Amino acid sequence: MRRFAALIDSLIYTRSRNAKLAAIATYLRETEDPDRGWALAALTDSFDFPAVKSATIRNLAGTRIDPELFRLSRHHVGDTAETVALVWPEADGREQSDPSIDDVVQALSAANRTTAPDIVASLLDSMDSNSRYALLKLAVGGMRVGVSARLAKTAFAQAFDVALDDVEELWHALDPPYEKLFAWAEQGGDRPDLSATPFFRPFMLSHPFEGDSLDLDQYAVEWKWDGIRVQAVHLGGETRLYSRGGDDISASFPDIVEAFDRDGVIDGELLVRGTDQGGEAASFNALQKRLGRKTVSKKMRQELPAFVRIYDLLMEGKDDLRLSPWHERRARLESFVPKLHPDHFDLSALVDVDDFGALEAMRAGARDAAIEGVMLKRRESPYLSGRVTGHWYKWKRDPLNADCVMMYAQRGNGRRASFYSDYTFGCWTEEGELLPVGKAYSGFTDEELKWLDRFVRQNTLNRFGPVREVKKSLVLEVAFDSIHESGRHKSGLAMRFPRIHRIRKDKPVDEADRIATLRAMIS
Amino acid sequence: MIDTPNFPFSLGGTFPHPIRYPVMAKAKHWIEPHPQGIYVRPADVWIDPSVPKENAVVTHGHADHARGGHGDVWATPETLAIMGLRYGTEAGTPVAYGDGFERGGVRFSLHSAGHVLGSAQVLMEYQGERVVVTGDYKRRPDPTCSPFELVPCDIFITEATFGLPVFRHPPIAGEIAKIFARLEAEPDSSILIGAYALGKAQRVIAELRRADWDKPIYLHGAQVRMCELYEELGVSLGELRLVMDTPKEEMRGQIIIAPPSALTDKWSRRLPDPVTAMASGWMRVRGRARQRGVEIPLVISDHADWDELTDTIRELAPRETWITHGSEDGLLRWCELHQIKARALAMVGREEGDDG
Repeated sequence: MRRFAALIDSLIYTRSRNAKLAAIATYLRETEDPDRGWALAALTDSFDFPAVKSATIRNLAGTRIDPELFRLSRHHVGDTAETVALVWPEADGREQSDPSIDDVVQALSAANRTTAPDIVASLLDSMDSNSRYALLKLAVGGMRVGVSARLAKTAFAQAFDVALDDVEELWHALDPPYEKLFAWAEQGGDRPDLSATPFFRPFMLSHPFEGDSLDLDQYAVEWKWDGIRVQAVHLGGETRLYSRGGDDISASFPDIVEAFDRDGVIDGELLVRGTDQGGEAASFNALQKRLGRKTVSKKMRQELPAFVRIYDLLMEGKDDLRLSPWHERRARLESFVPKLHPDHFDLSALVDVDDFGALEAMRAGARDAAIEGVMLKRRESPYLSGRVTGHWYKWKRDPLNADCVMMYAQRGNGRRASFYSDYTFGCWTEEGELLPVGKAYSGFTDEELKWLDRFVRQNTLNRFGPVREVKKSLVLEVAFDSIHESGRHKSGLAMRFPRIHRIRKDKPVDEADRIATLRAMIS
Repeated sequence: MIDTPNFPFSLGGTFPHPIRYPVMAKAKHWIEPHPQGIYVRPADVWIDPSVPKENAVVTHGHADHARGGHGDVWATPETLAIMGLRYGTEAGTPVAYGDGFERGGVRFSLHSAGHVLGSAQVLMEYQGERVVVTGDYKRRPDPTCSPFELVPCDIFITEATFGLPVFRHPPIAGEIAKIFARLEAEPDSSILIGAYALGKAQRVIAELRRADWDKPIYLHGAQVRMCELYEELGVSLGELRLVMDTPKEEMRGQIIIAPPSALTDKWSRRLPDPVTAMASGWMRVRGRARQRGVEIPLVISDHADWDELTDTIRELAPRETWITHGSEDGLLRWCELHQIKARALAMVGREEGDDG
């Protein structure tokens, strides 16, 4: 458990992605089965021990420490598991052992609500403070060490020098502690058999379109919807919903999971219906309210019903269609979709256009809340994993622009820790007051960053911890994909993907845009 | 208490239900706790007053205990030297450990507190009653100052910076080893350690030397004068160099010490791939380290941890314990549970800071 605890801590304190990858890869190479597989499961929050809840450990702490002292400590630390790990009395004179993760997993799996407190207590007694922390986080979940499933898979591929695509496929097909996966990766053993399991297939991704024209006889055109890309899989009587990174998000969208009852694998855009849109797809803003939830209330399901607008069919029944050309898959898809529940699935329509000039006009004119641009897909392309050139292009609609005034600046992280690199900017009300409309931390060059940092330091009015209020004297031209109503800023507006487009040293601040102008851009 | 008022760090030690006793106790004791310090009425002397006073006993040189502008000052020779450096106030009566003076019928004496160089506890004897004010203290060995002395007393007036059971400082050797482990893993980086300029910086340097680090140690400009003063007062720190005078590339694989406020400052850009460490008792809490972007948290403190605070009260077994500053609610609760008579004194100007 100590090695695992050390890994957790190094992930907590490291911001750099490469350093995290290296730490996980080293751990996986140097640790035995089944511990390394359990560690992977813990890092990606794939464990569930129903008998051990946050309340279990809080109550347990009360058996060893005065509840009032615990309450004061918890208040200071801000995290129950960490507080228990820190205040748990050290074993006086008792030899501390170092149980394996497997020992811990076996013990926790065997626990029921009655026996759980004693089991956890005796594990805590056998450990040092860091191991106690790792144990409690493993037991109640919510590791929060900044490791996505994608990052863990990348680290795995890096550790054993195998292809990430293979890891993606196999990973989701197998259960912790993934011994077959390690055996295959490490010793080049047989690839585990995956027939009839609802595992994740890597997505086919696109490149931004930067050319002037394309031959529309060779490329089909489809709207690019502004939701999240998902893959729904129904095989062997089980259904799973995966996000683009391969995370299992079934729990957040039970409405989709329950409704997808045909054997097959689909690729589509997850959207919610909005009342403002007359039951049509709502903006990304609306979808955000349903993302990242472990459970979904009935009310949420009714107010923001989710559906998948299907782009592609990867498997139908047991037929893997990925090597077939797009037009064949499309034909199969068009006859597949009508078999699905119409409230939760529809077909992403093709855009009927035969001349590129007309397409440009349509793209520019599209201001549907949920349209982000168009997709151009080569009619002969197979479904390939990852971002392969020459097959799919995304052509986003032109960004919106606004001239805003810098109001606050905040220091960045990691390499940017000494630079003021995150800027909050605002626009004018009719009364001549400046209200924040957004925050951006990209879009500028390194040279521009140095200049902006110097500007912030020389024009500081107030300091609030890491934030500085600056003299309202600099206009920033901000580009953004769309703008929505939101309570996040006082202006009642929020931008999607705002970035600094240009620094307008030439422009007087009173010529910056007004809130009303931005409000008119809401689609 | 912090030298830099813009420090991005505010977690005031107040809890939802603070137990505060009235500033003036029922029957007036000859020692009166006031928000701005402890007043010894028969002698007309203040201990660590936070505003200028005619007569002041100063326990140690940290800014929340030592202020400039007092009339007469009694302190150890080291504390007077530190105050001289910080405030230019040379005047004062030096009192060595074990020595004392009498005033208004009160016998004052100073005793080592083990916190930083020159830190002292104040023992006062008056009409047969013995009262000890700890100032700040710790009981772990520190190569840069003399060890804590246990002074029997009737009333024990203690600090409680780390007055919660979450705070247990591990042995320092293991913390110092974290630095070496990182240097071995990333020989091309440099290790930037945030350490408070008085006490912590010198202790970290001395512990590095004790662990056989004999290369030069590089300093931020703000650390230089205090290190020189420590050297003058007989604490040897080995070869120290100024970051400003050193080419960037020369500092690869080296250790640099700076005030905590400089860790994310523009200044740090002159270092080659710095990995930031921070030496403080607060680093025990992961969120604290993460909040500040610290990559190597070093749980090194010059204050007593929970076990030291409670063990000291147990060993001394005073008639009453008064708690000056820190997490007084936690220590007060512990006293209540152990049926020890205790009270928290509401003292101002002693916020939690970087010297933790």
